[in-house]
Amino acid sequence: MSKLIKIAVRNLFRYKRRTLLTSSLIAIGVMFVLVFVAVAGSFKYMMVGQITDSMLGHLQVHKRGYVASIDSLPLTLNLTADEAATLESALGQIPEIEAFSSRLKFGGMFSNFIETTNIRINGVYGEEEIATLPLFPSRVVEGEATIRKGEILIPELLANGLKVTVGSNVVVIATNRDGSVNGRQFVVGGILASVTGPGGRDGYLHIEDAMEILRLDEMEISEVAIRLSDFGRLHDVNARLKQLLSPELDMQGKPVFDVRTWEGLSPFYNIARMIDMMTFFIRLMLIAIVLVSIMNVMIMAVFERIREIGTIAAIGTLPGTIRSLFLIEGFALGVLGAVVGNVLAWVVVAILSISNVSFNFGRETGLVLAPRLQVEDMLLISVIVIIVSVVAALQPAIKASRMEPVEALRHV
Amino acid sequence: MSLIVAKDLSKTYSVGEIEVEAVKSVSFAIEPASFVSFIGPSGSGKSTLLNLIGCLDKPTSGTLTVADVVTAGLTRKEAAIFRGDNLGFIFQDFNLIPVLTVYENVEYPLLMVKNAPAEERKKRIIPLLETVGVIDQKDKYPSQISGGHKQRVAIARALVTNPRLVLADEPTANLDSKTAFKVIDIMRKMKDELGITFIFSTHDQAIVGEVETIFSLHDGVLVGITSGKGRDDV
Ligand SMILES: Nc1ncnc2c1ncn2[C@@H]1O[C@H](COP(=O)(O)OP(=O)(O)OP(=O)(O)O)[C@@H](O)[C@H]1O
Ligand SMILES: [Mg+2]
Repeated sequence: MSKLIKIAVRNLFRYKRRTLLTSSLIAIGVMFVLVFVAVAGSFKYMMVGQITDSMLGHLQVHKRGYVASIDSLPLTLNLTADEAATLESALGQIPEIEAFSSRLKFGGMFSNFIETTNIRINGVYGEEEIATLPLFPSRVVEGEATIRKGEILIPELLANGLKVTVGSNVVVIATNRDGSVNGRQFVVGGILASVTGPGGRDGYLHIEDAMEILRLDEMEISEVAIRLSDFGRLHDVNARLKQLLSPELDMQGKPVFDVRTWEGLSPFYNIARMIDMMTFFIRLMLIAIVLVSIMNVMIMAVFERIREIGTIAAIGTLPGTIRSLFLIEGFALGVLGAVVGNVLAWVVVAILSISNVSFNFGRETGLVLAPRLQVEDMLLISVIVIIVSVVAALQPAIKASRMEPVEALRHV
Repeated sequence: MSLIVAKDLSKTYSVGEIEVEAVKSVSFAIEPASFVSFIGPSGSGKSTLLNLIGCLDKPTSGTLTVADVVTAGLTRKEAAIFRGDNLGFIFQDFNLIPVLTVYENVEYPLLMVKNAPAEERKKRIIPLLETVGVIDQKDKYPSQISGGHKQRVAIARALVTNPRLVLADEPTANLDSKTAFKVIDIMRKMKDELGITFIFSTHDQAIVGEVETIFSLHDGVLVGITSGKGRDDV
């Protein structure tokens, strides 16, 4: 084997410029793919983090049917106190759950006594909400990141539109399930920056104040947001929770609960999917580049060395050995390109990391891109490139091994 | 027991519609440890015959036995193994492998064909390079040495596996007459010392003057077998 490698490597050195060109083409391709994967991955990771840690949580549970009409925040599809208790005990059985926050949601009117607009109210326990959404406090641009009784956190959109500030008196009015209208006065406790996605009109109250406006005697819950200690276990926990809740059926024999990961709740999931698709196509392009360039070089190599092939065949070199010789040449080219490409990618990612490239996403400004090369990505790309190199060399190598020595020797 | 026995050997090439009879019903025998040459005008079938003996090509009809093997029946792989075991080749254009040094070129058949261990290879190669007179060039690449030296290296490469038979198609055609003579002299010595049979095809009078037997071909037909000056009993 080592003797074959020696000859293959020497042959690559024999055509230095061509080897250099082909391997740099491959190396640049590998670099682009790896840098793209690193940057896109970091972008995705950061965006998912923003969305799950400041708004959605990792998972949410609703009553079945709620999500379909989530825009109108239907009061008729809340979980009853009993159902909420069942859910809570199920959540308690899953150790991966770090925190969860029960929310009572409804749509209402918001007034500064002069003007009125609509608002989406989330009644929550402040500590639960913050434990579930660690980035929630960072959204509070004015006032305090606590949710006290009698206070309301309002979105920036409303604060600007109705010219209210922290400390202003405001009124929240809502229609309850029976159709009667009720209102209550609150003091603005804080102003919230919004995150991209629904939430531009989301205000926060203490859950008991929310119950009071809706005139509920008993606690009802519209949604429960859940945070995991390890995001990587998302789908396991999702499955486990679904399984734990599966015995709970309603009168029609359908499940009561609807468990979803953030992916089923945020439109950003489609962007994340698109990034994955793009990564896939970029990889495909790299494969095409490697395939074409290696095949081209190896076809040339075989053509230029026909007499040499005839000579070694005449001397008694077995067809299999001749084939290996060319395969190893393609393999060596692939390895060279992959190694150099990985090194280049590493350098580029290091430069990107220290140059603190930042960008804005929605209303979040100054998010710093932190591209990181994953060892698995580097290995995967390298393996793909090397395998494709060998595959590309296969046809020329087989052709070389099948040459008739007499004809090869006669070739000029 | 003859080393080579050819009986009614023919080779016809078809080029499109036209059939070229390169060798026509040729019969002869060559004994072990001989030093012989095929001669004849261009196109008379010398190379064709050498390729048949060298197991590089298959006859259209007739039988050919080389070292007791009917070579026409061998598969590609068997033929390659047979060549590696029994034959050595010397080419008009030397055909050294450009990416290998002189030493490595001679090592090639032992390493790549015979899988001989390093120690044994060295023991074989060094004396051989001394005999053919290129030991001082052993680390040079083919492009760095003269034609005469290249052909000496090629001889060493052909002999390194201890073949029974060496086939040399116009080995001196690209050498000046002085160099050609030296190269023939080396081969002659190797034949005497090792009992290896050398078969040439040539126009070169220098070779014709040195061989023991001359097979004259004309239009693919063997027209005469004559004893040359190189014959011991002449
Ligand atoms: N592969 C081939 N296809 C068709 N015709 C061929 C082929 N090889 C040889 N011939 C023909 O067979 C005849 C004998 O050719 P060969 O090469 O054996 O002659 P030669 O005696 O070696 O000639 P030279 O002295 O020029 O080398 C020639 O007419 C040649 O054109
Ligand atoms: Mg010829």
